[in-house]
Amino acid sequence: MNILKFITAGSVDDGKSTLIGRLLYDTNSILDDQLEAIQRANRKNDDGTVDLAILTDGLKAEREQGITIDVAYKYFQTDQRKYIIADAPGHIQYTRNMVTGASNSELIIILVDARKGVIEQTKRHSFIAKLLAMNQVLVCVNKMDMVDYSAAVFEQIKNDYQQLAANLGLQDVDFIPVSALKGDNIVHKSERMLWYSGKSLLDYLENVEIHENQAANWRFPVQWVVRPQTDDLHDYRGYAGRVLGEGLTVGDQVIIYPSETYSTVKAIEFNGLQVDRAENGQSVILHLTDDVDISRGDTIANVEKQPKFERNIQANVCWFDNKPLDTEQIYLLQSHSKLTKIKIVDVLYKFDINTQEKVFDETIKLNDIGRIAIKSAENLVFDLQAENAANSQAIVIDPRTNLTVGALMIQAVD
Amino acid sequence: MDYLDHLEAEAIYILREVAGQFEKPALLFSGGKDSITLVHLAKKAFRPGKFPFPLVHIDTGHNFPETIAFRDGLIEEIGEKLIVGYVQDSIDQGKVVEQKGKNASRNALQTVTLLETISKHGFDACIGGARRDEEKARAKERIFSVRDEFGQWDPKRQRPELWSIFNGRINKGENVRVFPISNWTELDVWNYIKREQIALPSIYFSHEREVITRNGQLMAAAPFLNMDEEDVVETKSVRFRTVGDMTCTAAVDSTATALDDIIAEIKASTVSERGARMDDKVSEAAMEERKKQGYF
Repeated sequence: MNILKFITAGSVDDGKSTLIGRLLYDTNSILDDQLEAIQRANRKNDDGTVDLAILTDGLKAEREQGITIDVAYKYFQTDQRKYIIADAPGHIQYTRNMVTGASNSELIIILVDARKGVIEQTKRHSFIAKLLAMNQVLVCVNKMDMVDYSAAVFEQIKNDYQQLAANLGLQDVDFIPVSALKGDNIVHKSERMLWYSGKSLLDYLENVEIHENQAANWRFPVQWVVRPQTDDLHDYRGYAGRVLGEGLTVGDQVIIYPSETYSTVKAIEFNGLQVDRAENGQSVILHLTDDVDISRGDTIANVEKQPKFERNIQANVCWFDNKPLDTEQIYLLQSHSKLTKIKIVDVLYKFDINTQEKVFDETIKLNDIGRIAIKSAENLVFDLQAENAANSQAIVIDPRTNLTVGALMIQAVD
Repeated sequence: MDYLDHLEAEAIYILREVAGQFEKPALLFSGGKDSITLVHLAKKAFRPGKFPFPLVHIDTGHNFPETIAFRDGLIEEIGEKLIVGYVQDSIDQGKVVEQKGKNASRNALQTVTLLETISKHGFDACIGGARRDEEKARAKERIFSVRDEFGQWDPKRQRPELWSIFNGRINKGENVRVFPISNWTELDVWNYIKREQIALPSIYFSHEREVITRNGQLMAAAPFLNMDEEDVVETKSVRFRTVGDMTCTAAVDSTATALDDIIAEIKASTVSERGARMDDKVSEAAMEERKKQGYF
């Protein structure tokens, strides 16, 4: 059994919450006391059935205002998989919330209202999916009940979307016609769309394979140095961290940044035991053959596939702060366990997220996405997004407020 | 990667980020299964070294004796430091006033003792075992959740949390609550406890106990409960699904004596874990309100 993390994207009335509610409800993931609470809240659909959307409303303030103000994470599981759903709301703060939710997801479900087809919102969601290098996109054409379960409507939307996907360069895109409200093609195959021969949503989620980067390009950002300094473990020195990428094996030749010194992986330790290899995402302790000076924030990498080590870079940024991006100010860049002072020296252009066109406008405000040039106080260890997305990501922190003000995806060396 | 391996690796990563980013972290230990799981994860994160933080227990004085015995045994076994903050001290010093009446509980008073303990020791990060599947306010809280100088959580001013990059920078006086098992469900915790053979206090397993039925819930007949003639004490076979203090934690009818039985019971259960928590039943937004005040 493994984990699938996905995000659902849709505008306010696309039935996103209903879809998640339906998925939870039909997989028996909602318990009696939770259902009771929903019934107590007494929110009904027009046809008298319980409003499943309420399942995703978390906070009092949200219920009072009838909106979602923040990303919520929902969980359910089948015998096959554990699912983590990032539910991002669909209003003003949407870009910020969606980027956040998408950054923690492997698959994106884009909801399209069958009556409206591919609209500006759809393009915006798809653009963000591309921006975050999400490879797996599932388009759920929802509210099929409102268009008489018409195959022609579905095919038209599918064609329109394929055009958009081609323009954006999205790779794996699949389509399912659904009605979240009526439960068509959510958990069970619909009897009302016999023309559709594909999987139901749940069946799709149960079986979809996420293509991971299989290259032997592991990096190991050091989080913590384990030094017991006891009598019997006097010389013990282990580097604790989480493996990023594939292929870490005992005997690998390594390069250590920022010192640019070389060594060899002597042992990989987990829970007091030695293992030969460690895979992507494992939290382990590394031992090297040489006594090198390594501390938190340093990176150990495979010498065969070295990351970039540069001071001047170009990145896409999504801005999260009410205060616009300031090219005069010093910010902090955090990538994994490393903090570095940076200056954003130039705003090269902005994206119009509805048309995906470049706009030559130098002000980057809340929810804007743009391309920036960065000068760093010291060399950064990273990969380009196109080559190894997991090691191209960073956040921007405003040192005056300590807030996370931006998400960065490094695109090029400047 | 297997799902439990994935959750474990993520939690270890988060614990190490706490160690790396903060000067004076602490692990909030309640004696419940979630914080016991955290201790197990901390061993995997830092052994053969020592934990870079002490364990902190906020003691309401209304504990299950089994929990305290377990706590002390665990501390001795792992050889780490334990700091206890006593709600009784806060009461004696007049900082909080004990609730009166039949359903009186010290649950709400804990927040004051917790905040005092944090400020007395200058903790800048407190690791807790809360999970997002437990409760709807918790579903929206960050893994690194910044609390202001008054310990308050402001759901509208949370930092976006991207990838696995955690921003733990704070101003003086603020602290961060860190929840390494945010993405675990109740069932995940039990499956992990089983896989790792983690020892638990005996009250999690079925046992005979004197209970009274109050507001439809089975409460342990404890001296701290304000009982009157309406409360009929009976002996039942029960276990506890969640462990808070005795005044707010209800038992469930159960014959589950082994982990497999418990896992089967939870899979078949039609009531959520916190359905047995009186403290959540006060109002629709009970947890959200308490969190805003500084609760765990």
